[in-house]
Amino acid sequence: MHEIIQYIESYLTSDKTPGAAGNMFWALVYIMLVFAGLSVAVIAMNWLERKILAHMQVRLGPMRVGPHGLLQPIADAIKLLLKEDIMPAEADGFVFWMAPLIVVLAAFTVFVVVPFGPTHAITDMNIGILFMLGVSSLSVLGIVMAGWASNSHYPLIGALRSSAQMVSYEVAMGLAVVSAILMTSLNAEGTGTLSMIGIVQAQQAQGEWFIFKFFPLGLIAFFIFAVAMVAETNRAPFDLAEAESELTAGFHTEYSGFRWSLFFLAEYSAMIAVSSIAVTLWLGGWLRPFPNLLSGSTWDLLFSLFPGVTFLLFAAICFYNTARMPKHPLFRIQTIGLAGFGAVLGVIGLVLFVPAVSVRVQDIFWFSTKVAGFMYLYIWYRGTFPRYRFDQLMRMGWKVLLPMGLGVLILTASVALLQQKIWHP
Amino acid sequence: MTDSNTSLSHLDLETPEKPFLDANELVINMGPQHPATHGVLRVILRLDGEKVLGLECVIGYLHRGVEKIGEHRTYTMFNPYVDRMDYVAAVSNGLGYCETVERLLNVEAPPRAQHVRVILTELNRIASHQLWLGTHALDIGAITPLFYTFRDREEILKIYEKYCGARLTTHAFRIGGLQYETYTGFEKEVKNFLTFFRPKIDEYEELLTTNRIWVERTKNVGTISAEDCIALGVTGPVLRASGVKWDLRKAQPYANYKNFDFEIPTGQNGDTYDRYLVRMAEMRQSVRIIQQAVDALPEGPIMAKVPKVMKPPAGEVYHSIEAPKGELGYFIVSDGSTQPYRLRVRPPSFVNLQALDVMCRGQLVADVVAVIGTLDIVLGEVDR
Repeated sequence: MHEIIQYIESYLTSDKTPGAAGNMFWALVYIMLVFAGLSVAVIAMNWLERKILAHMQVRLGPMRVGPHGLLQPIADAIKLLLKEDIMPAEADGFVFWMAPLIVVLAAFTVFVVVPFGPTHAITDMNIGILFMLGVSSLSVLGIVMAGWASNSHYPLIGALRSSAQMVSYEVAMGLAVVSAILMTSLNAEGTGTLSMIGIVQAQQAQGEWFIFKFFPLGLIAFFIFAVAMVAETNRAPFDLAEAESELTAGFHTEYSGFRWSLFFLAEYSAMIAVSSIAVTLWLGGWLRPFPNLLSGSTWDLLFSLFPGVTFLLFAAICFYNTARMPKHPLFRIQTIGLAGFGAVLGVIGLVLFVPAVSVRVQDIFWFSTKVAGFMYLYIWYRGTFPRYRFDQLMRMGWKVLLPMGLGVLILTASVALLQQKIWHP
Repeated sequence: MTDSNTSLSHLDLETPEKPFLDANELVINMGPQHPATHGVLRVILRLDGEKVLGLECVIGYLHRGVEKIGEHRTYTMFNPYVDRMDYVAAVSNGLGYCETVERLLNVEAPPRAQHVRVILTELNRIASHQLWLGTHALDIGAITPLFYTFRDREEILKIYEKYCGARLTTHAFRIGGLQYETYTGFEKEVKNFLTFFRPKIDEYEELLTTNRIWVERTKNVGTISAEDCIALGVTGPVLRASGVKWDLRKAQPYANYKNFDFEIPTGQNGDTYDRYLVRMAEMRQSVRIIQQAVDALPEGPIMAKVPKVMKPPAGEVYHSIEAPKGELGYFIVSDGSTQPYRLRVRPPSFVNLQALDVMCRGQLVADVVAVIGTLDIVLGEVDR
């Protein structure tokens, strides 16, 4: 018993991820935490997308199920689970069944290496970024399978569009990623890294996020990635694969109920995954903002208060809306619910002020905040842009982003070489 | 005008002779249940990958036999039925019908009625164009303009509701004039709407006119030449965007449009983008007309002297007006009884829909959706 406790405790002082430290117990705990966190994030994202989009479009969005529609995603999930599971008569049963599983598997597996902090990842692989890109592109297989197995025209066209789009944008994406990886090798030893944690640590060591490195080269690479990642996840304005007005629902037209919700889950977790890559590669991962400009222990202390303050702010918003709730008895349960939700957020916020907790979760907070920024961008794009046409999309991928990516890569390499060989021989 | 057969011959409307299932060909059925076919239009597409080789429209899913119903209703009883054809421009339909019967009866609505008719019809043109803009943008993937246009269209519907109690199928006009006097504050509310609406057009344009993706999606898409438009009988903004300055409000002035000063916006290229610009400009012109009409609203009776039981003299009449979607014509044959002997409607949507094949051939699937949107069809009017 004592050994077990020691085994569990030994990780708490370690500076490695549980997977890299070989600590099975904590690895399992992290897997569960990441899985649960991801599911909560998808649910929250579902609600936020509907609310934010609604407010952009002068509507209210969900307002009925729970206060301000907070329980709407849960109601939707229950509805989807209870729906009849329809498989088209002419469909290829096994492939039809496999397709959503592959998509979900690909979308969730990438989170094995996502670094929420120097010690907060399931594991740290020395090929981390390759693993992420490789596994996330597996989802295209699932999409093609879904389109083919449905044995129907709209899904087929949707799947073809989707696969062509994902394959072509992966090229530009890869070039942008390579130029970021090149930057990790700008140290005394001249050795770069593919490890997700190593990439962030390289930014920390160089004292510069890669988005600002070799200005504007880092910024251009980031821009290429930011465009390609929207295309990669089939979101507006590149949502041709599921172009609602053209192909009804694209590759998942024939899917319903739980299978459909798996595609939904996969789409949102893929969005979070690619945003995490962007955050890790260019935006300093878990590092807090303004590390150079506002350095020093005072600023460190101030920034360590941010997580708690944020949660308290959310709690305050909840309480403010509780006070604004209609005073009718019909709304009593909703009012109590909203106040309770606010109380939970407030308690979390207070706990986050405890220094021991604060030190350990700060990284996670900054990482999630940056990812949340990307999620907001996704919603904003969807509310703003019309949809590209297929040929225009391809033209942009191959004729604009790919040459740009190549140019940035060559320029980055040249500048890096010059810096290492001439300026600092 | 040349013989219609010869002028149509260069269009080559027959699909090329090929075995039914070429290995490269995909026959796809779009509609009648489809998010972008604006109701129950069914389009059978022949595709080569994403490219459209040809298409065929199947219509009639919303056929209600409006023309036949007309033969069994008195002239007054039939009036509300016309609202159900182009239900987003019900007031225009009513205007066309009332004016046609008035010609048959040889009466003329008094000036005040004419002015109110113009105000309501032009408001209706704005409402119809707003609905077109919202759904057209939605088809192309911009989901937000729809809600902006619906928000502003609401103000027009409120005016209708206050005027006659109905919002969509208004039955606003009567043969010989109007049934209702305008409500207190009508003029003020219309004027308020105009000041409210002018900046809103700029807002729509800000969202779309210079939007790169919007321009790419609409420029050189669904191009149709002026000759083809004339050969196919296409009218309205589609014709004007091809460069033909033809607007019945100017060409054959009806109601009292000749009293108002406005321009006919035209395009040059006849593509989707030009049609978009023409319709946006038309909304501005409508605002101009309403402003003049409401400023010069005369006092006086609102109903001409029409018999209680209408028995128009035997004869026939064709009268057409410029509905938001094009030339809306009514052909009525009277045999001297209380009901029309034959009533025929020339709906703009139905005729304009003919051009779909010409406009889509050689384009991509995504463009079909854009072209259906830009033709601004209402299936209630196509099928009647």
